[in-house]
Amino acid sequence: MKKRTNFANSILTVVFSLFCVAWVYPIVMILLNSLKKESAISTNTVFQLPTAETFAGADNYLNAVGSKGFVGAFLTSLLITVTSVAAILLFCSMCAWYITRVENKLTKGIYYLFVFSMVVPFQMLMFTLAATSDQLKLNTPWNIWVIYLGFGAGLAVFMFSGFMKSIPLEVEEAAMIDGCTPLKTYFSIVIPILKPTLISVGILETMWVWNDYLLPYLVLDRKKYTTVPILIQYFKGSYGRVEMGPMMACIMLTVLPIIILYLFCQKHIIKGVVAGAVKG
Amino acid sequence: MVKATKKWWPIFVLPTVLAFIIGFIIPFCEGLYLSFCKFTTINKASWVGISNYVKVFQDAQFFTSLSFTAVFTVVATVLINVLAFAVALALTNNIKGTNLFRTVYFMPNLIGGIVLGYIWNILINCLLSLLGKPLLALNTTAGFWGMIVLMCWQQIGYMMIIYIAGLQSIPSDYIEAARIDGATSWQILFRIKIPNVMPSVTICMFLTLTNSFKLFDQNLALTGGDPNHATEMLALNIYNNFYARSGAGWKGIGQAKAVVFCIMVIAISLIQLRATRSKEVQQ
Repeated sequence: MKKRTNFANSILTVVFSLFCVAWVYPIVMILLNSLKKESAISTNTVFQLPTAETFAGADNYLNAVGSKGFVGAFLTSLLITVTSVAAILLFCSMCAWYITRVENKLTKGIYYLFVFSMVVPFQMLMFTLAATSDQLKLNTPWNIWVIYLGFGAGLAVFMFSGFMKSIPLEVEEAAMIDGCTPLKTYFSIVIPILKPTLISVGILETMWVWNDYLLPYLVLDRKKYTTVPILIQYFKGSYGRVEMGPMMACIMLTVLPIIILYLFCQKHIIKGVVAGAVKG
Repeated sequence: MVKATKKWWPIFVLPTVLAFIIGFIIPFCEGLYLSFCKFTTINKASWVGISNYVKVFQDAQFFTSLSFTAVFTVVATVLINVLAFAVALALTNNIKGTNLFRTVYFMPNLIGGIVLGYIWNILINCLLSLLGKPLLALNTTAGFWGMIVLMCWQQIGYMMIIYIAGLQSIPSDYIEAARIDGATSWQILFRIKIPNVMPSVTICMFLTLTNSFKLFDQNLALTGGDPNHATEMLALNIYNNFYARSGAGWKGIGQAKAVVFCIMVIAISLIQLRATRSKEVQQ
């Protein structure tokens, strides 16, 4: 009996290892092709390895970074992600704390509105959201975080409130009796307890904002700013011929930081992304 | 304590609520209103009653997109959940290399939809050209299955993690007790494991259903709706009504479609949550 399970398990290990190779293959394929010369990339030759003749070195990468505006798009994406996630973490956690501590009809109502907003698809408000942000001049990378805070508040407040309901009140009460203002209580007592949830929500929101395509595409002033997903979409755009080499280099430059980050803080990332799902 | 906290609302609640009003409430209400209007910009809107909604249901493309989306959603939901659950079952069985497999399978989930779409666009087009079949831009079947494969690649790892968490939370005495009573592995699977992971099933079904139904980025990047709008899903159809069609009235129709779409998403979420919740077991 024991022997049979061992045998079956080693077969499964082999099968899953093969799956692993298949799982990684698409990314490896892009990596290999991004090292080829432009003329050597066509739909027929994608599966071939680069040879001495077709090897282009870092040319595609230099091209992507140099003339295709990758650095600018990367910095724009970074700016938007950092400001939006910081705003969401700070303001939504404060809002969630207030809503769970001060319970009345108004806060209940706000809470249910937040929950409702999680279900509404983006298409419902994309046109009007773009118009509103244009009117209010919220269409630069410096202040688009207001839009992200508003549209992303639902999930964040929901997750924070779920956690806040579970922490005991005694410590906060003691601090307040000792003369702490609510603001001081919040920053010196609630925030430290909240840390794991802050990390989870932070990772979840980072993945969303960093990868988001349609919202910045519609809201940002596109003549002046591009983000990384928009840049990649532009390659295919209406220019006719796609420059495959630089495009693949761009894809690699977008994917690699994420993968490296993931390999280093895997545990946090998986926990964060799954926490979002379980609460939802 | 509540009293002392209460007057601090301008600091605690106001920023989020203000942003929420700008980023959600105003656009939502305006959107609802505009679905009854003919407009090209928000300020140039004239009330036309329900005629936008009538046109939505006369638009053949809307029903093509709806049926494509519906079939896609069903196939993707079933495939992703069955495969993810099977992998989760196997990986909770003390196989060597479990940690590595989990890491690798979860990875595609972190890559954005647009990038994923292009990676698979290149891969599938190459495969098709080697097989001598028409490329994605001319091939509806390949477009459909390409999107299914893409979604599986992206989502199986994620759902697998949720199922593993569910499976690991089943108390091991349940399974031991069943074994001592002489239950077979299949009986243990169907009588103990599956009923006890129903909360995870609820979550995964909900996520895959809504994710597939609302799919946009992957659709845009992989097929772009080609050939001739045949692989255009609802979200992309609405987007095209807004931004790809000139001619007065299309934006109104697009907005009306968006309202219908929104109602469908809410209905699916409610029905689905209710249906699976009733099957959950209390531990």
